[in-house]
Amino acid sequence: MFDFTIITNWLHTLLVGVLPEWAAVLTESVLVAVVIISLAAIFAMVLIYMERKVCAFFQCRLGPNRVGKWGLLQLFADVFKMLQKEIIKMRQTDRFLHDLAPFFVITASMITIACLPWNKGAQILDFNIGVFFFLAVSSVSVVGILLAGWGSNSKYPLIGAMRSGAQIISYEISIGITMLTVICLTGTMQISEIVEQQYTEGWNIFRGHLPMVVAFLIYMIAGNAECNRGPFDLPESESELTAGYHTEYSGMHFGYFYLAEYMNLFISAGLATTVFLGGWAPLHIAGLDGFNHAMDYIPGVVWFVGKALFVVFLFMWERWTLPRLRIDHILTLEWKYLMPISLVNLVVMALVVAFGIHF
Amino acid sequence: MNLQYTPVAPEALHAECLRLREEEMMDFLVFLTGLDLGEEGFGVVYQLESTQTGKQVNLRCVTPDRERPVLPTVSDIWDIANIYEREAYDYLGIIFTGHPDMRRIFLREDWVGHPLRKDDKPEEQNPLRMDNEPLSDTTWQYELSQDGTLTKRENVVFAPSDYVVNIGPQHPSTHGVLHFRVAIEGETIRRVDPVLGYIHRGIEKMNESMTYPQMLALTDRMDYLGAMQNRHALCKVIEEAMGVEVSDRVKVIRTIMDELQRIDSHILFFSCLAQDLGATTAFIYGFRDREKILDIFEETCGGRLILNYNTIGGVMHDLHPNFVSRVKEFIPVMRKGLKEYHDLFTGNVIARNRMEGVGILTKEQVIAMGCTGGTGRASGWHNDLRKLRPYDAYDRVEFDEITFTKGDSFSRYMVRMDEIEQSLRIIEQLIDNIPEGPFQEKMKPIIKVPEGVYYSAVEGSRGQFGVYLESRGDKSPYRVHYRSTGLPLVYAMNAACRGNLIADLVTIGGTFDYIVPDIDR
Repeated sequence: MFDFTIITNWLHTLLVGVLPEWAAVLTESVLVAVVIISLAAIFAMVLIYMERKVCAFFQCRLGPNRVGKWGLLQLFADVFKMLQKEIIKMRQTDRFLHDLAPFFVITASMITIACLPWNKGAQILDFNIGVFFFLAVSSVSVVGILLAGWGSNSKYPLIGAMRSGAQIISYEISIGITMLTVICLTGTMQISEIVEQQYTEGWNIFRGHLPMVVAFLIYMIAGNAECNRGPFDLPESESELTAGYHTEYSGMHFGYFYLAEYMNLFISAGLATTVFLGGWAPLHIAGLDGFNHAMDYIPGVVWFVGKALFVVFLFMWERWTLPRLRIDHILTLEWKYLMPISLVNLVVMALVVAFGIHF
Repeated sequence: MNLQYTPVAPEALHAECLRLREEEMMDFLVFLTGLDLGEEGFGVVYQLESTQTGKQVNLRCVTPDRERPVLPTVSDIWDIANIYEREAYDYLGIIFTGHPDMRRIFLREDWVGHPLRKDDKPEEQNPLRMDNEPLSDTTWQYELSQDGTLTKRENVVFAPSDYVVNIGPQHPSTHGVLHFRVAIEGETIRRVDPVLGYIHRGIEKMNESMTYPQMLALTDRMDYLGAMQNRHALCKVIEEAMGVEVSDRVKVIRTIMDELQRIDSHILFFSCLAQDLGATTAFIYGFRDREKILDIFEETCGGRLILNYNTIGGVMHDLHPNFVSRVKEFIPVMRKGLKEYHDLFTGNVIARNRMEGVGILTKEQVIAMGCTGGTGRASGWHNDLRKLRPYDAYDRVEFDEITFTKGDSFSRYMVRMDEIEQSLRIIEQLIDNIPEGPFQEKMKPIIKVPEGVYYSAVEGSRGQFGVYLESRGDKSPYRVHYRSTGLPLVYAMNAACRGNLIADLVTIGGTFDYIVPDIDR
């Protein structure tokens, strides 16, 4: 596989050649920041387009098809529209918290997107507690949502934010236990190592057989709930709370929430790809060496993005098929079903690993 | 039909009503309406029906005092009188003593005068107000003391400590400009208070200055998903009053059109309910099939939503040559669509959990609150006028009256889904043998209804839609009252939602299937 560190090392030596060490690192950081932000924005846009088309096809519609070929320019039109909208300042809101909230949400997404392994060697944040860090940072967004609900000083957002708090905190437990299940098998929390392992030994979902499949299914449910997407979109359930926690936002502040929703969707899918589906590791089938060799020629980034988009498609399928749950059903589902199941699953996984009966 | 009524004196009204309720089991107050009788004073008409025997009684109570019309309330006998009496108070200023909630209902709280009084001048007393509509948290209860003085007592609707959320008037799930003020405690609903009148056009008042053919244009704009049936009811009452017998062809056409309209309404019900519950894909499926009915309507009537089809003595145009073949094509498509709805939505575990056991209304409650139509039938009340008092071609077709017993949201949903199937059955039986004949009876150029009081009702898409017509022999009516199908449903929201969650308000409202322009008129 192509190792992306070749490029980064070359860039580093090039910069150190002309700049002092600190300036080189600073330049690299700025470059990386620009790359993250543009990646995030691009993927959010790709996902918005994808969502519109996928949802349209599920609903026997055509989706956007007026602006540009197949409606490809629709997104740019939408973004420009949102950029030129006025950010309305309302009386009686807690102005500071109200304006701060979208940044919490968008920052959490930006940082988590830096943890994703795009290719061998192409990962921005990689250290020994990677998965833990990922979970910790991604839960910062709930603070943003609560602030949005509180800062708006309005009833719908407040109810929406409270629901969101209850929901995200509950489902994080499931996600945490699922991640523990994976770590139980891999023995490491470092994301690059988890992927390396899957490159040599096969994807986790195949390696860990039954408990890993169960963990993947639980993740598919809880991940959707984490992103506040249907059927778990009660924080913004438009038929009850108009737009939930972002009812009072306009212009780009609303745009941040909107972008963050899709970035979170991609991040959720990216994490699923990383820990279950081998990250950038190509599909290898034991015994078929020619096939495996051919697969290695496809770049890792294509594998990663392809798999992530597939998981995104699964999330969208879930969303556009099912009706919305009610708050008490959501909490029942988590505390009475998903959490006990994932706990049992963790024990099973531990036994599987202890007796070495995984592949 | 000509309405035979028993006059009752105001002093004896309450006792007489109580006697009818207790001894003759008159448990259903069909409608209640106020009248301005000029010199005679103000009157109120009550139509009562016994759900056990089917017997009907009409009462008419007149108070001669034009300065301070006072009548005793019957809201303690029939729950639904609560909201009907508020309507009579709003329109005519008749004060019902003992009524716990004498607020205006459709007009603004700061409105001056009572518009249905013949001597009222609403334009002069009510300039365009640029301030917001006041909404008070308190209401009045009037009592008549022994010496004849009227005393006023304040009742509390929402205490200052209540956390009141406004659902509406601009809200995605109220299906129009309906406004609920909801007191909640956490996510639990404590009280629902509907604020009506955002789309009030004063249709009953407008009708008083219109000729009969002109009146027809307004009925389509009340319950726009029951346009055919509404106009059918109005034409029916005028035809009965004038003694016009329409041809067999018209009867069959009207029946088919009513049923198509019912399917249209029920598909929209399904779609909107699915949308309210977050199943947006099911929503589009429903609209896909509804489009076909609208196309059929468009070919024959020229309109899709506002149809303008029935006329006094017939229908506006003969059927389009494609009508029969297109309806025949539609029936299997709809059956297939229904199966899809059931696969996608009805069987879904989330949808079932959201609907089953939510917003239960008992049979006694639906009768007391006058919730006719699917809402009543879901609680086990056999109230289908097509079976009880068949009109037009309903006596020659076979179909089942769908009833359930649980009275929860899921039963209300299933009633409508099964009724689509029954409507298809009715259409199937009629579509092949539409009799020949004129599609319009010859009518005089100026239609005058003979002096008298008439009432006629049809089974609308969501309940009994009735027209009360009082004529003085002129070319326009003296008083017209429409028995709205949606008003009782909105009134029942409070009883059904109390103790449920906010999300359930959406489910319950969706399964009640009210249409706002029909409530406000």
